[in-house]
Amino acid sequence: MDMSKQIGTVMLMKSKDFLAWFDDWFGRIMKKGVIGRGIDVLLTDFWTWARVNSIYPLHFGIMCCALEMGAASASRFDAQRLGVIYRSTPRQCDLLLVNGPVSKKLRPDLRRLYDQMAEPKWVIAMGECAISGGPFWQSYSIVQGVDKFIPVDVYIPGCPVRPEAMLEGFMKLQDKIRATKKGVLTEERV
Amino acid sequence: MAEMWINMGPQHPMTHGLWNLRIKVDGEVITDAMPEIGYLHRGMEKIFENKTYVQIGPLTDRLCYGSSFTWNHLYCMTVEKLMGLEIPERAKWIRVMAIELQRIASHLMWLAAYAADLGLLTGFVWAMRDREIFLDLLQALSGSRLTYNYARIGGVAADLPPDFERDCLRAVDYFERKLKEHENLYNGSKIFKMRTVGIGILKREEAINLGVTGPTLRGSNAKIDIRKDQPYEVYDEIDFEVACHTDCDCWARYIVRMTEMKESCKIIRQTLQKMPKGPVRVKTPMLAPSGDAIGVVEDPRGEGMMYLIGDGTDRPYRLKVRSPLFVTLSAAKSMLLGYKVADVVAIMGSIDVCMGETDR
Amino acid sequence: MESSSNRVEPVGKKELSQLVSGFERKLERELPLSIGPDLTEIAVKREGLVSARCNKESILKLARLLRDKYGFEHLSLISAVDWRDRFELVYHVRSYANYCMMEIKVPVPKDDLEVYSVTSIWKGANWHEREAYDMMGIVFKGHPDLRRILLPEDVKYFPLRKDFQLAEED
Repeated sequence: MDMSKQIGTVMLMKSKDFLAWFDDWFGRIMKKGVIGRGIDVLLTDFWTWARVNSIYPLHFGIMCCALEMGAASASRFDAQRLGVIYRSTPRQCDLLLVNGPVSKKLRPDLRRLYDQMAEPKWVIAMGECAISGGPFWQSYSIVQGVDKFIPVDVYIPGCPVRPEAMLEGFMKLQDKIRATKKGVLTEERV
Repeated sequence: MAEMWINMGPQHPMTHGLWNLRIKVDGEVITDAMPEIGYLHRGMEKIFENKTYVQIGPLTDRLCYGSSFTWNHLYCMTVEKLMGLEIPERAKWIRVMAIELQRIASHLMWLAAYAADLGLLTGFVWAMRDREIFLDLLQALSGSRLTYNYARIGGVAADLPPDFERDCLRAVDYFERKLKEHENLYNGSKIFKMRTVGIGILKREEAINLGVTGPTLRGSNAKIDIRKDQPYEVYDEIDFEVACHTDCDCWARYIVRMTEMKESCKIIRQTLQKMPKGPVRVKTPMLAPSGDAIGVVEDPRGEGMMYLIGDGTDRPYRLKVRSPLFVTLSAAKSMLLGYKVADVVAIMGSIDVCMGETDR
Repeated sequence: MESSSNRVEPVGKKELSQLVSGFERKLERELPLSIGPDLTEIAVKREGLVSARCNKESILKLARLLRDKYGFEHLSLISAVDWRDRFELVYHVRSYANYCMMEIKVPVPKDDLEVYSVTSIWKGANWHEREAYDMMGIVFKGHPDLRRILLPEDVKYFPLRKDFQLAEED
């Protein structure tokens, strides 16, 4: 559309049609156009490096593996050297670490926590109870594995999980993020 | 101003576990409180009825994972009472030593979490560092850092590894020196004192009527400790003091736990000196007789109890677990009324919540 | 009443049993006289433990007597057991000053599941009774807030009854 037709179109529109056309014009240029794809090709490695080295898990401890998660963030098995800082609210987190059995009373609340996190987000199932129910698989009140209602990226076996295993799980998640790197603007594989 | 109910939990950095504290606030002041539990209910008591006595051992570790050896030992003691078994002397002394090592590790975990809640992150890192030493000792005994399954019906799983006495004495000497540094950190911190002195008062008569036990009760001017009142294993041959404090607030509970850690160091030294030589395990029958038995111990969080009914088979008919925190949490309302929202963290942290035993 | 904080320590084993068994013998003698035919099978099981069986009509009277006259100030545990022909509630109460624990078994027939609540006497019974209701379905009259505590509110079954089966091992 050349400029004169554009201006004419703007003057003949109703206000809500105008807003619909005007909304996110910069985003659309960036995401669908050549400029966006160009920026992504240049900067995706930078975005991936930033995401990989600053995974923020949620402060969420269910059972015994939570104590090992706490020990992993202390001075002996320092998790902060991988860039891991625990945040208290799901809005600021990338990672949901499920470290214990999920009971039927907790299931809707955990799903709500997962939905409150912003993209991109990942889930690690830590320990036998989160993977498949663990020693309590027979019980009437737990869900047999958290992957029945939340998609899981990395499974860490153990009962309880040793802090070294947890750090290796984080490193595997970092490898996964590097392997599936996507452009931030265009959301396509680069 | 209208009053409103606020949910603190189940996901909240204060909670250390999954429970919901609903408080009714009028501005900043709390007028009512209602703890809600059950988010970690795994139906342990029903699972216990379906497993044999040997298979239940590792599951009792997961009852309270902060002090898992205590529950393991309590279960084995109750089954031995039902079966009428007499265990060797050396096993009793090893059990007492492991209980006290576990008590120090559990109190250090409490101290780390409490300090982190109140903003004293140095205390968190120091306490976790010292806890690693005791976890290493327990790992040398049993093979695992957290859930041990070291006490078995009839004794303990295995004898002490070589050089264990030397390492244990070294660790206890080191820890007694470091405990003084910990105390200087907290006693000298004006903010810690402001947040804990005079906060969360629970008077003695009300505490006993509500069924509260453990350091919360001993901080309320009641010198009650199962290890002295109803000694089990070899506690009647060991010389130690019961920690008690007269103020009934969070500061008193903190002092009680620090004193208990010092007393545990004394007990560990005495067990290493007085331990006799001999076997550590006896053979146990597979079937238990009909009848019932109770076992009572002093858990780091209070009075833990198991009531076991056997019916002549190799599975229990009913195994009921009394968790000290189940009752102390129900007393939360009496401790919270009249204080401000920011004090909730200090008060609930001083009870040392561990949801594994509360919800079972 | 002697309080725990000013007793003399250490006490030898033989002295302790002489000190305490007088109190248990006193309970064994006097309780059936105060409660009447509802209290049966009272016996001293070992030093520090007295067990008795009581009908559910008199449990409140027995609880008040134990707390006020004999100093049983601490309720440790209320367990609910499902014997296949009846339910049974087992109360464990403890007297700190007299080093004694009392075990009271209260049968509850399956067609009349209402029992008086003892929360007016020991406030610590509140959550124990809620759990007995949640797991077995026994209803406590006079309880201030009887609702489910461990399971979600909308669950219809009572899991610890013997006719509720878990998934079998495969």
